[in-house]
Amino acid sequence: MLTQLTHGIATMTRRRALAATAGLVLGLAASSPFAPAQAADDTIKVGILHSLSGTMAISETTLKDTILFLIDEQNKKGGVLGKKLEPVVVDPASNWPLFAEKARELITKDKVAVVFGCWTSVSRKSVLPVFKELNNILFYPVQYEGEESERNVFYTGAAPNQQAIPAVDYLMKEEKVKRWVLAGTDYVYPRTTNKILEAYLKSKGVAQDDIMINYTPFGHSDWQTIVADIKKFGSAGKKTAVVSTINGDANVPFYKELGNQGIKATDIPVVAFSVGEEELAGIDTKPLLGHLAAWNYFESIKTPANEKFIKEWQAYTKNPKRVTNDPMEAHYIGFNMWVKAVEKVKSTDPDKVIDALPGIEAPNLTGGTSKMLPNHHITKPVFIGEIKGNGQFDVVWKTPGLVAGDAWSKELEGSKDLIGDWVGKKCGNYNTKTNKCGGQGS
Amino acid sequence: MPALAGPFEDSVAKFANDEFSDTEAAIGEVAASGNALASPIISALQDGRLSADPDSKKVFITQTDGKIVDATTGAAIDKLPDNAAAVRLNNRLRRTVEAALGGLTLLSPDPAKRLAAAQSVFKSHEENLLPTVESALAKESVKPIKQAFAEARAAIVLFKSDASDSDKLDAVAVVKARGDQEALALLTGLGDQPPLVAKAAASAVSSIQSNLAMWSMVQNAWYGLSLGSVLLLAAIGLAITFGVMGVINMAHGEMVMLGAYTTFVVQEVIRTRYPALFDYSLLIAVPLAFLVAGFIGVLIERTIIRFLYGRPLETLLATWGLSLVLQQAVRTAFGPTNREVGNPSWMSGAFELGQITITYNRLWILCFTLAVFAILLAMLRYTALGLEMRAVTQNRRMAASMGIATSRVDALTFGLGSGIAGIAGVALSQIDNVSPNLGQSYIIDSFMVVVFGGVGNLWGTLVGAFTLGIANKFLEPVAGAVLGKIAILVLIILFIQKRPRGLFALKGRAVEA
Repeated sequence: MLTQLTHGIATMTRRRALAATAGLVLGLAASSPFAPAQAADDTIKVGILHSLSGTMAISETTLKDTILFLIDEQNKKGGVLGKKLEPVVVDPASNWPLFAEKARELITKDKVAVVFGCWTSVSRKSVLPVFKELNNILFYPVQYEGEESERNVFYTGAAPNQQAIPAVDYLMKEEKVKRWVLAGTDYVYPRTTNKILEAYLKSKGVAQDDIMINYTPFGHSDWQTIVADIKKFGSAGKKTAVVSTINGDANVPFYKELGNQGIKATDIPVVAFSVGEEELAGIDTKPLLGHLAAWNYFESIKTPANEKFIKEWQAYTKNPKRVTNDPMEAHYIGFNMWVKAVEKVKSTDPDKVIDALPGIEAPNLTGGTSKMLPNHHITKPVFIGEIKGNGQFDVVWKTPGLVAGDAWSKELEGSKDLIGDWVGKKCGNYNTKTNKCGGQGS
Repeated sequence: MPALAGPFEDSVAKFANDEFSDTEAAIGEVAASGNALASPIISALQDGRLSADPDSKKVFITQTDGKIVDATTGAAIDKLPDNAAAVRLNNRLRRTVEAALGGLTLLSPDPAKRLAAAQSVFKSHEENLLPTVESALAKESVKPIKQAFAEARAAIVLFKSDASDSDKLDAVAVVKARGDQEALALLTGLGDQPPLVAKAAASAVSSIQSNLAMWSMVQNAWYGLSLGSVLLLAAIGLAITFGVMGVINMAHGEMVMLGAYTTFVVQEVIRTRYPALFDYSLLIAVPLAFLVAGFIGVLIERTIIRFLYGRPLETLLATWGLSLVLQQAVRTAFGPTNREVGNPSWMSGAFELGQITITYNRLWILCFTLAVFAILLAMLRYTALGLEMRAVTQNRRMAASMGIATSRVDALTFGLGSGIAGIAGVALSQIDNVSPNLGQSYIIDSFMVVVFGGVGNLWGTLVGAFTLGIANKFLEPVAGAVLGKIAILVLIILFIQKRPRGLFALKGRAVEA
């Protein structure tokens, strides 16, 4: 698309091209970044790198608001090291190369001390070289496929062993599921997660015939064939469940089709890893009663910390119906960890903060205390929730304690010997068999 | 616990413990109690109308008419205690509830309840229900329900270890006659059986499977028609603006999106002011969406596009920019997250036709699309505006010489195309996300349909949309959704090489205009 356009522009006269692109520029202006605020020496700048326009705006805008809210709360408490925090918001517009550009802008031009941002794995991969080169810190708040541990990145979302594997365990034990549909959107997170799950299921004695894997394009909206296939697959006399890594936008038509074709959770439950309170806000959830989601946080969990957070969040956004979700909690934990680390070393120098972060503990919203691990992942509890009629989840199961995030999956041949250890070994992909740093990845 | 409480009261009180295991025990005990309140309690539990006070261990039923009664005595009370909460269920318990309710309502006077009960017994094949099922079967006079009872009985017999071989063979025949996926699930999940029965079951399985395979072709064809209707609906407005007027309108998808948001606004107003009208919300939204999108279409034509006629590249860029402006404007006004557009009751659910499931929303969209197409065709053919439109697009200068105000016709034609896109948005809001990105996912498909069908020909768009829909749905089971879509694109590229003007090429001088 873009190359066609540039080609087209090149063939026109300059004046005409300018006139014609007026509409285009106008369109981009509406989504252009906020003007960088005037620098003041008595503030610490915090970068926010979340898409506010384009496909991912649906999920990422909330996270931008979350960090603004957390900064606001911290400033009310007097800021950090006696200085106020100053947010710098940029809009990478769901455009992966633009993420790298905007990250560079945040670090070199705005001189931020830390960046909170990214949602999709591809956007994270796109900014990695920038954070390495300019030596800054990125907090990444979304569940992802693992197989990565970088010195400059702190992963506060779930690794596969903190979401996917416990969910499958739950279905095996509680629902006695014997047959599995792994359905996902066709990109890196579902593909890697399904590879891990397939290996895990096989290690538990599930036959190849009892696993059906299905991928769909982004934004897939015609689910008739796939839902009918799932129904057919589920009629083999064994309890069947769907493990869904279907990405945000495609979920609404998927669940609508399930409801319309009469697939109830009591027959074929669907457990999803990307469906949270925000996604359910767009659907009537009554036909979905009992379908499941696995997360490290649910808005419905009743703890004093969570109730206080929800109340303050709704007051901050001036919207008494505004929901909270898992990646928001991840940012809450990550932000507090960063504040603690900065206060510990009394500096915002990235090198010092990176070294101080492992071992830092911060309360999560579900009543526990999460800890930053040497592999830059954190410990989290895992909850299984069932969808209720009101768009919220009812927790039906949780892990007994906190689960430590594995940077490298123990289920995959290529990564089971690798560990990330930035404290002792100073290495993100240390091979415990050969005792060498390096191997797959980074 | 009250001192005088009997066992039934003890069982009911277990609902107040908020433990799944206690709830499960309570369901079993209440169902077995024979108490007249057992069935109301369990159906209230299923619908989330059973609430419990964790402190006093009292349990209450909120009846469907809003009255509240004590679950142990049936005595009416004024209002629920403040700390009473609905008794929670998980999937395992929901299955237990369904099975228990199936046992309790087999002899219900309500035919719909009996049918549901028979079907849930078919699934649960609870052995101790056999006598009840048999007496219900003997009493039943409604034919389809009698059939359902016979199938439920067959299911129980098949799983009963001490049933005789001949009984079981009869049961296999009954289940085989049912012939659907649930029958297949039951027969494949039988486990160990005497050799004779196992053989009969295996042959029944293969006969059901081959029957279902045949039906799956019918199913693919239906899905193809349904996908084709969605494609047609999205493309039909573009067939006017691009096909007839020749404007490459990249903002076409955003007109669809505006139609969907109009539906959302209409439903919001109805929800807050006139909830009784909810089932008519779509009928109200259709003309409004046409007006909103049509008005914006006319506005765009008057302010931007009319300066760019005959300059396709500039039009492309300008309308693309415009699409971004509209998206961001909607994002600012309504927020970036999906908006909930509900399905009216006549758009929800499905019915069975033979062995395929036809969902009502898809069926209505197909009918709606064909109606829109017919109306549009009639309009172009029989109205004065239609005549002027055809005249202007065929030969602008001649039409102008005949006294037609060509620029007014341009504006109205563009408005018509946009308005129809808005109507498409009303229908698409029923099956897709209502988000600012809604239009983006349809713009490529729409261009594909119009180009493939033949630019400038509405019939071409119709045939193109259904051809692509059906081809896609027959490819999808074989190649998967991703490869299927790619294959379709490749096929279209090859087809366009061979026939650059699409399926139905316009002939004559109009082509050169």
